[in-house]
This record gives sequence, structure tokens and C-alpha cells, in this order.
Amino acid sequence: MNLEFTPEEIEFRKEVRAFIEENYPQHLRGVGAREDLSKEYMLAWHQILGKKGWSVPAWPEKYGGTGWTPTQKYIWSEENARMDTIMPLPFGVSMVGPVIYTFGSEEMKAKHLPGIRDGSVWWCQGYSEPGAGSDLASLKTTAVRDGDHYVINGQKTWTTLAQHADWGFFLCRTDPNAAKPQEGISFILADMNTPGIEVKPIKTIDGGHEVNETWLTDVRVPVENLVGKENEGWTYAKFLLAHERSGIAGVARSKRGVEKLRQIASTEVLDGKPLIKDDDFIRKIGQLEIDLTALEFTELRTLASEAAGKGPGPESSILKVKGTEIQQRLTELTLEAVGHYGHPYFRGFPEDGSNEFPIGPDYAHQAAPTYFNMRKTSIYGGSNEIQRNIITKMILGL
Amino acid sequence: MDFNFSEEQTMIRDSLARLLRDQYEFETRRKVSESESGWRPEMWQQFAELGLLAAPFSEEDGGLGGGALDSMVIMEEFGKALVVEPYIPTIVCAGGFLKHAGSPAQKEEHLTAIIGGERVFAFAYAEPRGRYDLADLETTAKKDGDGYVINGHKAVVIGAPWASHLIVTARTSGDRRDKDGISVFIVEKDAKGITTRDYPTVDGRRASEVYFENVSVPADALIGEEGKALPLIERVVDEATVAVCAEAMGAMGVAHQMTVEYSKQRKQFGVAIGKFQVLQHRMVDMFMEHEQSISMTYMATLKLDEDEETRKKAVSAAKVRIGQGGRFVGQEAVQIHGGMGMTDELAVGHYFKRLTMIDSEFGNVDHHMRRYTALTAEPVKMAAE
Ligand SMILES: Cc1cc2nc3c(=O)[nH]c(=O)nc-3n(C[C@H](O)[C@H](O)[C@H](O)COP(=O)(O)OP(=O)(O)OC[C@H]3O[C@@H](n4cnc5c(N)ncnc54)[C@H](O)[C@@H]3O)c2cc1C
Ligand SMILES: Cc1cc2nc3c(=O)[nH]c(=O)nc-3n(C[C@H](O)[C@H](O)[C@H](O)COP(=O)(O)OP(=O)(O)OC[C@H]3O[C@@H](n4cnc5c(N)ncnc54)[C@H](O)[C@@H]3O)c2cc1C
Repeated sequence: MNLEFTPEEIEFRKEVRAFIEENYPQHLRGVGAREDLSKEYMLAWHQILGKKGWSVPAWPEKYGGTGWTPTQKYIWSEENARMDTIMPLPFGVSMVGPVIYTFGSEEMKAKHLPGIRDGSVWWCQGYSEPGAGSDLASLKTTAVRDGDHYVINGQKTWTTLAQHADWGFFLCRTDPNAAKPQEGISFILADMNTPGIEVKPIKTIDGGHEVNETWLTDVRVPVENLVGKENEGWTYAKFLLAHERSGIAGVARSKRGVEKLRQIASTEVLDGKPLIKDDDFIRKIGQLEIDLTALEFTELRTLASEAAGKGPGPESSILKVKGTEIQQRLTELTLEAVGHYGHPYFRGFPEDGSNEFPIGPDYAHQAAPTYFNMRKTSIYGGSNEIQRNIITKMILGL
Repeated sequence: MDFNFSEEQTMIRDSLARLLRDQYEFETRRKVSESESGWRPEMWQQFAELGLLAAPFSEEDGGLGGGALDSMVIMEEFGKALVVEPYIPTIVCAGGFLKHAGSPAQKEEHLTAIIGGERVFAFAYAEPRGRYDLADLETTAKKDGDGYVINGHKAVVIGAPWASHLIVTARTSGDRRDKDGISVFIVEKDAKGITTRDYPTVDGRRASEVYFENVSVPADALIGEEGKALPLIERVVDEATVAVCAEAMGAMGVAHQMTVEYSKQRKQFGVAIGKFQVLQHRMVDMFMEHEQSISMTYMATLKLDEDEETRKKAVSAAKVRIGQGGRFVGQEAVQIHGGMGMTDELAVGHYFKRLTMIDSEFGNVDHHMRRYTALTAEPVKMAAE
């Protein structure tokens, strides 16, 4: 056991840092990921990485992966976090991509993997339904075989950024008479321009448009769009969820967030001194950093055991629960740090480019909406209650 | 000891609850909050007609002879309906300054108009760099002939876009953060030299940045004694703090109730999610937080007129508890609603937002914990054997 980076790893960090510094688009610097950015903004870095061959590091090399070790991947996330890059969205790269190269046909791989790699195709995830959230297997959307097509009917919801999506992957019931709800589900891809697909916005408490209702009415998709075997979709869906969870810890981003929080707390004043000199506040930052260190080393241990050939197991639930709690706490402390200037609401407000007096410091503008928005993290990706249920069953054996 | 409400208080509560049920349901509140002006002056008139604006003032001052308990009853109902109209700035703050320290002429001029619903105030005390310290003032008021000239910048003045008058705290002498040398003024918002920048707040209200550039006010704009206003400001802010605690307790109760209701209706895995024990206990904890908040708000309200130290301890204790309880109740309400809790469409998210922002009004948990411990940190002797 040791914590040192090898000379090759140090060299790798230099290379990566230089690449990001040279190639990260100027107009995106300091912007940070936000759901209200344009499609072009959100895809820009993905497309640059695609050209470099670095857009899908975790994939097997034969599908375009980089073959990086866990340590190299760790360095990669750190260096991206350092520059606040807008990373490729997970829906293609971390979700449907691995499902396709693991379970899809050769034609399907040839058709879809290139677009995911180069960032030209935007994917969305059609799992949840109004009646099927935590209990995903109770989903009702149906796909009925009609010649060489499936006809899909139903409603998906919470579909993240579907307003920009070119393609979606949907869980549909293909055998209504299956013995168990998990059986009889199929994993089907659909072009979002297919007639009968309608995407309606859902406004969230932070005022943003990040999620949607996706209505499917007599949507005809060719049978080639079925991934793997009919009625085996649940296996693929669960495979995907495990992948979704392992990326969810967000350690590098949270470390960067703590750094920013320290900057804010050094600027804000309490009793004539920087807030960071306040015993109460610095202890909270300290606690957060300690929790984050624990998470970081738990993640490193998990990655090491994955590299040793074990797939993401129920331990990844720890990363999801602790990672999201830390992200939430971070935004909570940031809101606390900005004091009165957490109150103004700027969405759709002519602050940018306005010549009038500014309203509070820039770093305060998103503090409250970001805090509100981050409440989602303990709900989505399998809620934190569900993650604890998983550990209860799979690890404690209760 | 008596925890019963008077007949008048019960009447106020019932008639206000009826009015809010009929005319302040959530969808109406949303429309109003998103409208150009962001509030309803005609609702304010109805509050006046119900006697809410007169309730906490003495009969001599033209009121109904009530006090802080009446404001508490009213604010709890306002909290339940997420009322945006500026009761705290106008009635509790401006009204408080006038009732404790206003001259007969000032009362005559302003209190009558406040009680009648004709005049709305905002309380301009916070500054960009002062955080929650009421004495940390960079705004100055310099003596100029008989009157004063005010310069400075007040931050996030809640309700200012709707106000015709401002209560302004400013330094008449001494250094930033000195306890002496602070004064309070009544200033007309359209006075020459005042500029404002109005904006919505994240919890559906309105506020302004208010800039004073050589604003001249006459001698009789001063409330109370020149340079000696800090104890008065602290008293009024304590009264406002308790009022916002009452608002929070109303909002917490509704957020809790909505969550319990939702957990009975929402089914997953073939059962109502309210059947999962982990959620049950969380909702029980929300219930306990709400009950404790009620207790603390009553306690602090009842101690508002005691000596300064008792009052400060009581108010800070309440605000700490409400800050912590409001955070817990708001976060859990959203969590137990799942994705639905994240939507702008459902009311519960709006209760969560209001409860979040209440923590930073009139001092957050840390601020009040510091004030509380500073008052209680005296070493004590071991009792003699
Ligand atoms: C911002 C956001 C983005 C999302 N993006 C997507 C997306 O792109 N694609 C997609 O398919 N879905 C997406 N989701 C949906 C997400 O996966 C669901 O919200 C999640 O699965 C929870 O389901 P639900 O909202 O129906 O809550 P419910 O399942 O109704 O849960 C409500 C509450 O009950 C608790 N609960 C439920 N079952 C149990 C149990 N057995 N034991 C204890 N507690 C329990 C939950 O933890 C939660 O607190 C997104 C959600 C959000 C908020
Ligand atoms: C100091 C002491 C004094 C006592 N005095 C008296 C007395 O004077 N008279 C008397 O009759 N008894 C007395 N008791 C006994 C006491 O009432 C029992 O210990 C108690 O009812 C718990 O039962 P148990 O110890 O069998 O634990 P169990 O019932 O086996 O419980 C073990 C754990 O499981 C939890 N648990 C059990 N059921 C549930 C559930 N449905 N949901 C969630 N969690 C659950 C419990 O909370 C506990 O954490 C005393 C016990 C102690 C420790």
C-alpha cells in the first residue's frame, strides 16, 4: 500500500493539464456546468475530447477507451475539476454506451458508438414514470411488436435535458403476462424525432428547466432498436444503474467546490474579519473536508478493487450516499457564507451585461438556486433511502 | 401559567385563516408573486379591514390594544399561506420603532397611516459588508444645520419596492462597528438622492438595493435619541426575529402536513410510502421539530418585554431552534416527496425555499448561537459540599 504517484503518473498529470489549458474553449472558462446552457456549450468540450480520443476513458480500448489505470482516471477528473470543465453528459458516455457495447449487436455498435464518442449525438434516459420511481420495475410503458416495428405507448418523466436529445433509451414492457414485474421488460432505443414523441418541460424549484415529461403515443421504432434480447431489459437496466452510481461520488468536483468555498469565506466579512477566521464556520469547512477525504479514500479503494476485476458492487451505494450528502452540504455552506446576498433571484433578470450597480458579489448569484437544485442528488440515481436498502439487503443480509 | 389565546386573538386567527383560504391559495400566491408588482395592495387593505395592522398597537396609539402575541398569531397564519405582503417591515419594524420611541408628532404622522393600511414601510438596516451585525454600519448621517445628510448603501431591503417610506439605520458618529453613535431615521423613499435597484428574491418576494447619495432629511426624521439607537434597534429586531420564527412555525407545520398526506397517497412497491418505517420516523422527527418550534416561539414571544439579557437569550434560543428545525423539515419534506418535491408546480418546494431563507433573516443559527453563548458563558462556581 502506498499513496505516491509514480513518475509516469506525474508525467501524465502534466500532459493532461497542458492539454486542458491549451484546448479548453476560452468562452467556456469560468462558466461552469449549468442546466440552462445551450446545447452547443454543453457539447463543446465533449467534441474536443472526442477528437483527442479522450471522451470515453472508461470504455474498453477496442471501443475507444483510453486504457487508463484507476489512478490516471483519478488524475483526469482532478484536472478537469481544476478548470471547472463542462464534462460530457453521462447519458451517452456512462449509461447507454456501456449497455450497447456490452449487450448490443455489431450493427448497433457501429451505428451508435461513434456518435457517443464524438459528442455529436445527445442521449436521454427514459426509465422513470409517474407511477414508477423507486419501484422502477412497476413501469407501464408498453412496446408491442407489429411486423418489424415496436409500437411504444406510455409516459416517461423526469427525463433530464430531453429538450436537447437526439436519441433516447427507454424501458418498455414487452410481456405483460410475465410472472414477475422485472421480467417482460425490454431496453429499446428511439430517435427522439420519431412521430409520437412529445417532450414537455417541468420547471424545478430553482427555476430551471432541467427535466421533462416525455409522452410516447404510437411511437413506431424498428425492431433493430431493441438492445440484446426481448424481455431481458431489466438485466441491462441494472447493469447501467450500477455504472451510473459509480460516477456519482463527484470527489474531484467537491474538492474544487471546497476550494471555492474557502475563497468565498475569505472574502466575506464577519465582525471585521474574514469569515474563514470564524471558529464556527471554519469548523464546518473542516468537517466537510474530513468527510470528503473519507469518501475519496473509499472511492480509491473501490476503484482499486474494480481494477482487480470486481465490477461495481453494492459498495458503490456508499459512494452515492456519501457523495451526494457532501455535495449538498457544500452548497448549503456556500449559501450560508454569502449571507444576505443569497436572497436575490437572477434568472431571467438583466444582471449580466447590465451597466447598473451590481447586486452583491458574483459568487453569490447562484448560491441559493444551486443549493435548491442539489436536493435532487439524494432523490435521483436511486434515492439515498433505496441505496441504504440495497446495503441492508446485499451487504448486511437483512 | 396560561398558554391560551384571548378571544380577540382567536377571532383574528379564524378570520385571517378564512381570508387566506379563500383568497390566498397557492396558485393565487404564485400568480401574484410572478406578477409585475409582486404583491396585492388590495390584500393589504383587507388586512387593514380585518384589524391585523392595528392588532399589536395600544389603544392610545390607535390600535386594538394587543401586542407581540397578536403579531405571532398573524405571522403563523401568514407562514402557512406563504404570504408575501410586508407585515414584518411595516408593522413589526416600522411600527415597533414608532411605538417604542416615536414622538407624538411622528406617531400622528405615521402610525395612523400604517394602521389604516395607507403607508407601507421597509426596514433598511443590512449592509453589503455588515452581515448580521446591527452595529456594523458604513452608512452615515451627518448633521447639517437642523437636519442630516445620509450617504451609504443598504443591502437586500425586503419589501422596499412596495414601500413609500424607509426606516434607515445610520452612523451619526464613531467608527464602523462602534456600539455608540448609531441613529434611526424615517426617510421617504422618493427623497432626492435615493436610488433603488429592485429585484425578486428566491423565495418569491421582492427586495431592493438602496443607495443614498447626499440625502437630506429634516431633524424630525430622527426616531429616538441621536447616537443612542442600538438598544432600540436590537429590541425591534428581536421582535421581528420572533415574528419570523412564528412565520417559520406556520410554514413548517404545513410542510410536515403535506408530507404526511403525500406519503399516504404515493404508492411504490405496492404500498403507500408512508408504510416504510424509515420515512415514518423521519416524519415523526419533522413533527417533533415543529412542536419544539412552537414551544420556542411562544417562549420567546412571552419574554420580549423582560429585561434585555433575558430577552436576547430567549430570542436567540428560539431563532437557533427554528433555523435548525426549518432546515430539517424543509429538506425532508422535499426528500420524501421524491422527484415531485423538486418541482415548481407543487407547493411543498416553495415552503422549503421560504424555510431556507428564513434562517438568514435577522441572523442565522451561528449568529444567534454566538449571541446566546456570549450571554451564558460566565464560569460558575462548584456548589459548596
Ligand atoms: C432532477 C432529476 C433528474 C432526473 N433525471 C432522470 C432521468 O434523466 N431519467 C430517468 O429515468 N429518471 C430521472 N429522474 C428520476 C429519478 O430517478 C426518480 O425521481 C427516483 O427514482 C425517485 O422516484 P420518485 O421521484 O418517483 O420518488 P418515489 O419513488 O415516489 O419516492 C418518494 C420517497 O419515498 C422513498 N422511498 C421509496 N421507496 C422506498 C423504500 N422501499 N424504502 C424507503 N423509502 C422509500 C424515496 O426514497 C423518496 O424519499 C430524475 C429525478 C430528478 C429529481
Ligand atoms: C434499564 C431498563 C429498565 C427497564 N425497566 C422495565 C420495567 O420497569 N418494566 C418492564 O416491563 N420492562 C422494563 N424494561 C424492558 C424494556 O421495556 C425492554 O427492554 C424494551 O421493551 C425493549 O425490549 P427488548 O429489550 O426485548 O428489545 P427488543 O424489543 O428485542 O428490541 C431490540 C432493538 O430493536 C428495536 N425494535 C424492536 N421492535 C421494533 C420495531 N417494531 N420497529 C423498529 N425497531 C424495533 C428496538 O428499538 C431495539 O433497538 C427495562 C429495560 C431496561 C434496559
